[in-house]
Amino acid sequence: MLTMDRDLAWIVLGATIALVLATGVGLVLDRTVVSSGGRAVIVNMNERIRAWWVMCLTFLASLLTGGVGSVVFFALISFLALREFVTLTPTLRADHRSLCWAFFGVIPVQYGLVAAGRLDLLTIFVPVGAILLAFRGALAGDRTRFLERTADIHWGLMVCVYGVSHVPALLSLEIRGYEGQNLKLLVFFVLVVQASDVLQYVWGKWVGRTPIAPTISPGKTWEGFLGGIVSATLLGAGVSWITPFTPWEAGVLSLVLTLLGFAGGLVMSAVKRDRGVKDYGTLIQGHGGILDRIDSICFAAPVFFHLTRYLVAS
Amino acid sequence: MLNAPSSVVIAGAARFLSGATVRWVGCTPEPRQRVYFGNHTSHLDAVLIWSALPTQIRLRTRPLGARDYWGTENPLRRLITRLSGAVLIARDNTSVAAREQQIKTILESMGERWSLIVFPEGTRGAGPEIAPFKSGLYHLSVGKPALELVPVYLDNVYRILPKGELLPVPMACCVTFGPPLALGADEPKEAFLERAREAVQRLKSTEAPC
Repeated sequence: MLTMDRDLAWIVLGATIALVLATGVGLVLDRTVVSSGGRAVIVNMNERIRAWWVMCLTFLASLLTGGVGSVVFFALISFLALREFVTLTPTLRADHRSLCWAFFGVIPVQYGLVAAGRLDLLTIFVPVGAILLAFRGALAGDRTRFLERTADIHWGLMVCVYGVSHVPALLSLEIRGYEGQNLKLLVFFVLVVQASDVLQYVWGKWVGRTPIAPTISPGKTWEGFLGGIVSATLLGAGVSWITPFTPWEAGVLSLVLTLLGFAGGLVMSAVKRDRGVKDYGTLIQGHGGILDRIDSICFAAPVFFHLTRYLVAS
Repeated sequence: MLNAPSSVVIAGAARFLSGATVRWVGCTPEPRQRVYFGNHTSHLDAVLIWSALPTQIRLRTRPLGARDYWGTENPLRRLITRLSGAVLIARDNTSVAAREQQIKTILESMGERWSLIVFPEGTRGAGPEIAPFKSGLYHLSVGKPALELVPVYLDNVYRILPKGELLPVPMACCVTFGPPLALGADEPKEAFLERAREAVQRLKSTEAPC
């Protein structure tokens, strides 16, 4: 089932042009930069661009299924993200059953609720329901670092499953005058948050000097932050025609999203640095793990969901 | 015994659940007769080594299992044994005759075609520590010196499916193949086994996650 409408086609065209341009710039830089420090940056940048092609095409394929694919797509992201999170979490033997429940119980139920459009339940299932995994943990009988282990697992679920699942949950919001177009709301969200990441990276590499939090994320600079936030906000306001919002609303929402995306990135960096690693995994060439790519979504998605619901949902 | 398509499916499923990273350090996948020996912490160990191999080599590789565990009436274990084409041997080798019979069974089942996956600790451990090796690896090498002995380190698998659990928790893990080992001339048994154990231990990745 194809649900590609004209607005979406423009966005796809825009993204394609951006990627072609980026690939071209990458090729030129690859020819011209020779210093060893510069080489490393360019090689990594070109890996990132290649990965962006793959990610965009996968995302597009999931969109073309008209909704079901998006739910499955984000469920898969949750699964892989939680896998990376748990790998780096010092759980004990006694956590095995709780973790089985988290992967094979909580993820299917949460995304089942998303697929069924049960907005009332999907917004509370993980914080209110899945916290009972602590009970399963207590039954396992090992009290070593009990609160820490229990909190780790639940927090992982909140970030990787609860947060991420609010992206496809956008499909079930009922918005008057916007019926059957919610897919574009999802595209708007992903576009603004991910573009903000990319633009912060670009601005940072270009004019970045002053680190924001060197002990947590050495790559993040004030210049990159400001440049990225402002340009992504303008981008969001500029594509307000695919949303149910006015340009002003879309701009303000984009500002909120980019700030939350930044917050998510910094928080997830703090977690992984504490675990003693630079990346959450090796799944996405040049980016690291899947959590390194979606850290900005985890915190922004629930807020965007509720703000949209408050502003325009009937 | 598995054919190519089903082996690809099973190997794919194992690698999706475990997100196994495969590293070849100091040797490459080659279609020659080898004994892959690794640390043992989980039922997944054999299937992970097996799925880390390229299909053509995988179809010529079978695991070695204990008859008293894998050869019982338990239907699930029987099925796994049949599917994997496992070579089963008696764990007990207290007498010299029993041990010779054991090595003979293994070498006969390998013929000139099959490579073998073995876990010289003899049983599953609970964590990253590697127990002392049983002597089978030494006797295999004496019995057939042409065999290439490839050390394999399995990282983090004990957290995916620990001893006594039925459901695996998806977690990233790492399968590292190391440089082949050869039995030195006049090398004493204990020294060789310790050297083999260290060869596995040394493959543990220092950077996390593997």
